[in-house]
Amino acid sequence: MKYAGLLVMPTGFFLTLAALALFPDPERRVAFVLCGLAVEVLGLVVTVRGHMQSRGASQP
Amino acid sequence: MSDAVFALTLALMLLAPMAIAGVALINTGLGRSRSAAQAMLGNLALIAVAAIVFAFLGASFAGSLGLKEVVLNVAGKPWSVLGLGSFLLRSLGAAAPQAQLAVLFQFLAVAMLVLLPWGSGADRWRLAAGCASAAVLAAIVFPLAAHWIWAGGWLALLGANFSVGAGFLDAGGAATVHVIGGLSALAVIWIAGPRRGKFPKEGLSTAMPGHNATYVLFGCLLALVGWVAWNLAGAVIWIHAPLSALPGTAINTLLSASGALAATFSVTRFRFGKPDASLCANGWLAGLVASSACAAIASPVASLFVGGVAGVITPLLVEVLELALSIDDPTGAITVHGAAGLWGLIAAGFFAPQAGQVLAQLIGVAALLGFFFPLIYFLFALLNRFVPFRVDPDGERMGMDLHEIGGGAYPEFVIHRDESYR
Repeated sequence: MKYAGLLVMPTGFFLTLAALALFPDPERRVAFVLCGLAVEVLGLVVTVRGHMQSRGASQP
Repeated sequence: MSDAVFALTLALMLLAPMAIAGVALINTGLGRSRSAAQAMLGNLALIAVAAIVFAFLGASFAGSLGLKEVVLNVAGKPWSVLGLGSFLLRSLGAAAPQAQLAVLFQFLAVAMLVLLPWGSGADRWRLAAGCASAAVLAAIVFPLAAHWIWAGGWLALLGANFSVGAGFLDAGGAATVHVIGGLSALAVIWIAGPRRGKFPKEGLSTAMPGHNATYVLFGCLLALVGWVAWNLAGAVIWIHAPLSALPGTAINTLLSASGALAATFSVTRFRFGKPDASLCANGWLAGLVASSACAAIASPVASLFVGGVAGVITPLLVEVLELALSIDDPTGAITVHGAAGLWGLIAAGFFAPQAGQVLAQLIGVAALLGFFFPLIYFLFALLNRFVPFRVDPDGERMGMDLHEIGGGAYPEFVIHRDESYR
């Protein structure tokens, strides 16, 4: 689960890059960048939960 | 760059290592007494490894000395992603004075960067693994970030190529040093795990206070001197600030730290009945970290506000990370350097005079979270397979000093038995 979260985070980064490359107008660019950041935060949340689960499972 | 500006900037760079010394003292003071000598030796060893590796490899990839760079052409625009200078700093002597100062700044930045995860791995992270991680940061991660943000990379040229503000602004290293350091700390904590006994199966986490509050608070004072010099030098080198702007930058740095300390003092006084010394130290440092992004471009009132917000966030986030997310971060580097750095970078977008600067800063933040954090985590996880991060249980029980370097920091003191090992 934690690796899934870590793989989601670059997806958000690529959304941000796509915003730069694809949209010259500021409104759509801002919207895409914010979406990219939201995806990154989602990935971070999944990673945090993955770590908490794996730590709970390995506790004596 | 005139001779006078060169001399002033060089003089400032000679004061900047005070910030590194301050962070080293804080790292040591917030750890336990039985690991203090290993922590301080580790500070020196990691700086040494990072400097050597950066001189051999990293400085070439950072690309501040010019020569060549790897440029991708996407959507009709150039994206400079990596520098390709000469290895071993061979072209340093022939470089322009500004470029030489830039390389010196990067040496200090990488020395600071490697100390941040070292403090978070206190009392369980092996010295050999710390040195190996410093080598990875100095060879791969920091050069990439430094090139993208400082040395004409795609983030620095967002303004020129895509009309997004003035490009990603990070005059004092809030992104290249502090956010990357905070994210590295998170990766180390997850890979090495918490200290033994920190999170018992039942009940709340065990409090493991730092062993020397005086080291920590003196480290904060020392850090202020270094930070002022650091922010002034960064403003001259990276955003070409005029000399007349430097007193304001110094005042903003002090105001940001002061606002943060006042906020943390008030929050901890309100929550616990008395101000907490180690959290106040963390708040002070968080204000300095936020100033790294803002001091050169924000007004004094804005700097006070930015520091104040960093000072409120710090004690609350430290508590959330420990109690809700079971993250054992003895020095609070994730909050102090990672979160406060991110806040400072975003705030810099709001307070910068250029239109569209917020978007530029958000794109930089997206690169830090979406590219650099996964990269650091995977590199460290790979490294952990070859050089295990965590000390064996016996070493953790007897303390890192005896286990790793064969002698304690305070041999004439009685070291009390740790109740958490019963």
